[in-house]
Amino acid sequence: MSAEPSADAELAAPERGVWIAFCRDLKLAMRSKGELGQALAFFVIVVSLFPLAIGPETALLKRVAPGVVWVCALLAVMLTLPRVFQSDHLDGTLEQLALSPYPLPLLCAGKMIAHWVTTGLPLAAVAPVLGLQFGLDGRELMVVVAGLLLGTPILTMLGAIGAALVLGVRGGSILMALLVLPLYIPVLIFGAGAAEASMAGIDVSANLSLLGAMLLFGLVTTPFAAAAAVKISLD
Amino acid sequence: MAGRRLEARGLGLTRGPRLLFSDLGFVLSAGQALILRGPNGVGKTSLLRVLAGLTSADCGQVLLDGQPTSSLSSAGRHALLYFGHANALKDDFSAQENLADQLALDANFVPLNEQLAALKAFGLLPRRDVLARRLSQGQKRRIGLARLALNVGHRGKPVWLLDEPTNALDAEGAQLFQQLVNSHLADGGVAVIATHLPMDLAGSTQELHMQEGA
Amino acid sequence: MSLFKYSAPSTFYPLAGKLVPWFGTLAFVLAVIGLYLGLFVAPEDFQQGEVYRIIFIHVPTAWMAMLIYLVMAGYAVMALVYQTKLSAMMMEALAPTGAMFTALALWTGALWGRPTWGTYWAWDARMTSTLILLFLYVGYIALVNAIEDKKRADKAGALLVLVGSINVPIIYFSVKWWNTLHQGASISFSQGNKMAVIMLSAMLVMALACWMYSIAVSLCRVRAIILERERHTLWVRDIKEAQS
Repeated sequence: MSAEPSADAELAAPERGVWIAFCRDLKLAMRSKGELGQALAFFVIVVSLFPLAIGPETALLKRVAPGVVWVCALLAVMLTLPRVFQSDHLDGTLEQLALSPYPLPLLCAGKMIAHWVTTGLPLAAVAPVLGLQFGLDGRELMVVVAGLLLGTPILTMLGAIGAALVLGVRGGSILMALLVLPLYIPVLIFGAGAAEASMAGIDVSANLSLLGAMLLFGLVTTPFAAAAAVKISLD
Repeated sequence: MAGRRLEARGLGLTRGPRLLFSDLGFVLSAGQALILRGPNGVGKTSLLRVLAGLTSADCGQVLLDGQPTSSLSSAGRHALLYFGHANALKDDFSAQENLADQLALDANFVPLNEQLAALKAFGLLPRRDVLARRLSQGQKRRIGLARLALNVGHRGKPVWLLDEPTNALDAEGAQLFQQLVNSHLADGGVAVIATHLPMDLAGSTQELHMQEGA
Repeated sequence: MSLFKYSAPSTFYPLAGKLVPWFGTLAFVLAVIGLYLGLFVAPEDFQQGEVYRIIFIHVPTAWMAMLIYLVMAGYAVMALVYQTKLSAMMMEALAPTGAMFTALALWTGALWGRPTWGTYWAWDARMTSTLILLFLYVGYIALVNAIEDKKRADKAGALLVLVGSINVPIIYFSVKWWNTLHQGASISFSQGNKMAVIMLSAMLVMALACWMYSIAVSLCRVRAIILERERHTLWVRDIKEAQS
């Protein structure tokens, strides 16, 4: 017979949905290791394209480094966004998620966290190496990483909303990019701005705190928007 | 647990230019089943999805225990189990992992030994560690049946909405399925089943024959 | 008589038809007045000469671009909360006009920039935000056109507009921030200094003209949308029969 009622009730707490969805998505991501490496590989390759395109002059490279790293991180995250909902949509499990007693916004939050752990976090970890290629020094690299750590979750959260809206639509990935990129602009501005501020010797805390504020705001709002988008797409 | 009542009142749905159904209603009390019959494309799946709350109807209400449920309301999600055409399995999970995943999402806390017993009852125990992408259609469907078995009556969700549940099942599987539904109904549950096959269910059964534009 | 009577496409259709000529005429009259004030009555600017007069189109169109998006956001709330088809249809009808005004604002801004500051495009806060607003409009139109199921397209578009409208102040703030950070902007398209009353009035009149135009055009467009979406209903078939 099943466990005592009090243990059951604890296990059925809505917040547990975040953990369940997180573990599930993480486990699935680990099963397709090829996909995991894609975003990282794309990031590294595309960042390396820029010196080839604009020449190896160190001063110039250092000047463009924050912008280049950020735009490439942004594109890399966007490449992997379909992963959040598409597979579940195709095999029918998304409907089961919508019908779960756990609230869908919390399940979406768990999925977003899993997505960030498998894309944004590795990008932030690799960025210092790429920054060295562009001649950034230690302190500046730290600011780039801090910005990415704060900013990439926001990119995942906003992107998940876009990914949910275009489920099953023809030309969905490009359409999603069109929808989501304008929303990414503030993150780009503050993230790259923080790195540039540190290069110019100005205080970075304003940029980073704005990123932090956006992250907090996103954490509270985007799961609901993503859940609403999923319900609309399942209709 | 109190018996469950599922009621539909005046449900209407159009899909693009097609009117699928209008003013559709029924009442199901604990232990009753509703069989949906009709040709392909007549709207059986759509009706089940409306009852589940996945699709919003153009008009009408779905009531659980007398209370109207808006689509995907909390009450609905605790009471309704939807088993659709798609197997709702992750290709990268094994049979046992898929079952555990579904039960976890159902907030149905079943110890491992009982899960394995359910897999065994449907002949899946030897293949419990095989990834779903390598299972046959019938075997995939049986995982869903194992989930249903662990949701019978008091244990899990009392209202079952099943869309062609015996698809890809062999005669033995179909037989097991009917026994499953019978024990669910006997335990006070309620079921709405869309199917082409004859159903030999104990207890009172209603039938709804759906036609084009009605 | 309750206003809700007109929330059904079948009753709104004839009402819209009656209103279009009124708003159209108002738009024309106001445009004539506004252009007269702007082109002939307002004095020549001592810095920029005659060229500055393009702001009498540039500023009102920029205002309209913002305003229409806000109105769309209002309809989006109604579409999602009250699930009224007509709200979604009005949103769909407004979007092309909003996009047009945004593009017009950008174009007139470029035309103004060239003779005045020697460059067609300057990355100042307002123009950059307007460009992003154009992306938001285009995204909405693309989304709604890509989804075949109209019910889903309505709700998805409404959600997108809501998410976008929450982001618009954030985007504007961030672009302003970016602009001040980069110290490049000695160029500002916002006439910060005191504006002669006559110039302000001309711009307001032109803005009103654009507003009336938007209403007239959107009502026209929503009539076409209603006919297309409701083409299988009896009342639309009656209209088709009456016309043929």
